Amino acid sequence: MADEGNGSTQASGDGGAVTTLTKKDFTSDQEVRWCPGCGDYAILAAMQSFLPELGVEPHNTVFISGIGCSSRFPYYMNTYGIHSIHGRAPTIATGVATSNPELNVFVITGDGDGLSIGGNHLIHALRRNVNLKIVLFNNQIYGLTKGQYSPTSELGKVTKSTPFGSLDRPFNPVALALGAEATFVARSIDVDRKHLTEVLRRAAAHRGTAFIEVYQNCNIFNDGAFEDLTSKEGKELNQVRLEHGKPIRFGPEAAKGVRLTDHASLEVVNVADVGEDALLVHDEHREEPSLAFLLAHLASSPHEPTPIGIFRDVQRPVYGDAMEAQVSSATEKLGKGDIESLLKTGDTWEVA
Amino acid sequence: MAKAVEELHRVVIRFAGDSGDGMQLTGDRFTNVSAILGNDISTLPDFPAEIRAPAGSLFGVSGFQIHFSDEDILTPGDLPNVLVAMNPAALKTNLNDLPKGGILIVNEDAFTERNLEKAGYTANPIDDGSLEDYQLFKVKMTQMTLDSTKGIEGITKKDAERAKNMFALGLVSWMYTRPTEPTIDWIRKRFVKLPHIAEANVAAFQAGWNFGETAELFATNYEVRKAALPPGTYRNITGANALAWGLIAASEKSGLPLFYASYPITPASELLHELSKRKNFGVRTLQAEDEIAAAGIALGAAFAGRLGVTGTSGPGMDLKAETMALAFQLELPLLIVDVMRAGPSTGMPTKTEQGDLLLAMYGRHGETPLPIVAAITPSDCFDAAFEAARIALKYRTPVILLSDTFLANSAEPWKVPDANALPDISVPFATETNHDGEFWPYLRDENLARPWAIPGTPGLQHRIGGIEKQDGTGNISYDPANHEYMTRLRAAKVAKIADDIPELSVDEEGGEELLVIGWGSTYGQIREGVRRVRAAGKKVAHAHLRHLNPFPRNTGEVLKRFNRVLVPEINNGQLVRLLRAEYLVDAKSYTKIQGLPFRASEIETEIQKRL
Repeated sequence: MADEGNGSTQASGDGGAVTTLTKKDFTSDQEVRWCPGCGDYAILAAMQSFLPELGVEPHNTVFISGIGCSSRFPYYMNTYGIHSIHGRAPTIATGVATSNPELNVFVITGDGDGLSIGGNHLIHALRRNVNLKIVLFNNQIYGLTKGQYSPTSELGKVTKSTPFGSLDRPFNPVALALGAEATFVARSIDVDRKHLTEVLRRAAAHRGTAFIEVYQNCNIFNDGAFEDLTSKEGKELNQVRLEHGKPIRFGPEAAKGVRLTDHASLEVVNVADVGEDALLVHDEHREEPSLAFLLAHLASSPHEPTPIGIFRDVQRPVYGDAMEAQVSSATEKLGKGDIESLLKTGDTWEVA
Repeated sequence: MAKAVEELHRVVIRFAGDSGDGMQLTGDRFTNVSAILGNDISTLPDFPAEIRAPAGSLFGVSGFQIHFSDEDILTPGDLPNVLVAMNPAALKTNLNDLPKGGILIVNEDAFTERNLEKAGYTANPIDDGSLEDYQLFKVKMTQMTLDSTKGIEGITKKDAERAKNMFALGLVSWMYTRPTEPTIDWIRKRFVKLPHIAEANVAAFQAGWNFGETAELFATNYEVRKAALPPGTYRNITGANALAWGLIAASEKSGLPLFYASYPITPASELLHELSKRKNFGVRTLQAEDEIAAAGIALGAAFAGRLGVTGTSGPGMDLKAETMALAFQLELPLLIVDVMRAGPSTGMPTKTEQGDLLLAMYGRHGETPLPIVAAITPSDCFDAAFEAARIALKYRTPVILLSDTFLANSAEPWKVPDANALPDISVPFATETNHDGEFWPYLRDENLARPWAIPGTPGLQHRIGGIEKQDGTGNISYDPANHEYMTRLRAAKVAKIADDIPELSVDEEGGEELLVIGWGSTYGQIREGVRRVRAAGKKVAHAHLRHLNPFPRNTGEVLKRFNRVLVPEINNGQLVRLLRAEYLVDAKSYTKIQGLPFRASEIETEIQKRL
């Protein structure tokens, strides 16, 4: 059902008074039904809180999801939304976003939904650069179907469907997005509200497809998957915070750093040994994606130093804008279409 | 020397050659000139699935049949009166269809040892007397084309040789007294950037014409006068173009920009091509990454307030099934065009079949009835597309529109409709709350359609999805009674469309025992077959279904009025099952599954057997 706002005045197009919206304006009346302790709650709260700050309005905002635990998300947002088909959210969102460039369209997906059954749509949405914000909740497990391994589960994962261990290597979602030439690629963590909010804010400001991987803990089927990044100790040891224009440093007292070797790979070094000038300076806006790709591979799993933040943020033509421009230029060139004359194009003859 | 001119009422010509010989183009030109001349026409292209099959091979033969007449005609003709065979393979694959005594024109130059061998001939049929039952004309088309293009600056031998189809066209144009100017103009326009190619083609065309005029071979040429058609402006139209233009008309008359998302597939790609040219009508086209994406994108566009359409053929229908079910659950307007081809799987992708009726009817999980409209002639594709869009918008439901390879590729004269007279099919978007200051997305109007509130509308934010809805609020509901209620309600909405479509009309004279009932593209052949039976003094009635779900409300009553019911179909018997199941009538099936349309004579013979 629909929900009215909480009574606050919404921004109006006629220059009327604009009252600040609040989290309540983006919160639907539906009861949230994730498992107690699920990381999804934190992401929902971050989303509901940051949207009012953006100055977007609920009626101009659309959430499209596929199937999976994360895909229940749209029901809890007081915006327009579709809870659609497993893997297909990017397609429906593409139709919505290209039909109306004024809308803020979010895709909520998971590692199974976005990278397994919907992998094809994900890469093509990224390639087209449709104006979508794709938030992929990566918990490295199938939760809704009660605990099978996913395309991001580590090799050898023991689950109900792989009692002797999984045999296939996981995807690295950030590397995959970069490989698909995504124009905005970031990674954040469910429990780090401040960082997640900042990444979402930057993604929302990006025109084109933004891809955000959120490490999200499934406390029922894969508890502690990101413990090495989220525990007090792990956070300090293993979170490599990417900041544009700054040398990449991490660890206690920022004593560790990341350096580009002579043979096109990255290595972790002691800053004291090499000096800060030797470190790689992070450049989000670098057109060429190879350095971002190397960063994506700095860690082979979230149990070692892992980059968090914005890997890439570049501008490319946006698919929906280009489509509208083509309609305008065709109309200019050919004149506004007239059915009467269309039906009579080519050879016609009169019968008296 | 003035030659005799003999007047004919109807002629069927088949052009056959290598897929690289330009037979489709030749046939198409002959069709247009005949249409301009005022003949009634009907055409049937028949081409191989291979894009460039090895030259001279049997499986690389491409054909184009045209039927033109001074009377109203309904089919592309059963058997040709004239066969133009550009090489031995074309002769071999088509000769069986040419009745004894028919005119056979061959390109003598192509009957080389090598080509004969490729076609499996051990002796040269044009020399060994085996064709003596036909009126055989051996014409050195290649050589005369080369001679005619000598001296044109910049022309290579290869370019010149490629113009031999225009020689054939010139010759046949002379035989049937077609005017030359429209074709010469057309050639010059087509090759405007390559004037030397244009001149070579014009020279070959004229050489063919002059050869007919002067050669002693042809004693007579023939004239087919104008057909008596109702007054108006006419054009020649294929089903593919008519369907595309019907969608554009529906967009115009609904006030909704057309958003067509599709993945390339034969024979539906023509729609994507045609619509992609029409951006100045506000048409948005998107070539998606796959069939599923195409359906999803069109559905997203529909949610956002566009006329969302996706088009495909059978294999793509399988892939779109899950999205159709979602669209049905969301109750959003979505048009799915299925240009059917011979299946299963890749089947015979360039050949026709009515194989997807049961798929359209039942091919989804759950209780998911969708309205189905099937075009009955090439030009009816325009009206059928418009009608399918009307139903989708008015009832907020996905609708399947069935066409097929035969309709898509065939052409017929079409009295151009008055675009201004097309009805308004616009439906209002919801703009206001509808339940005590709230917006309930699953409250219904008198047609049982739910409100269409598009993103961007203040105050009407709502969430919809694949999970079962609570009646009215649209909230998630697992309530058993609600599920049963909603399932019946959705079915009732589709069934109710029967009140909004024309009744089934019967072509009958009174006193018939037998009703022949068909659907979709078999209309012309069945009607012609019925005419012939009547001409022989027998009685038979004909009804034709254009709405397959729901059926016209009087369908059962019509069926029960006749002692016998015959259902011809280009499949293994699909409509017949639906009619038997729905109406408990002992309908009999008559089917053909060769990738080809019926011949009127086949229908005629079958009816005679059943009388």
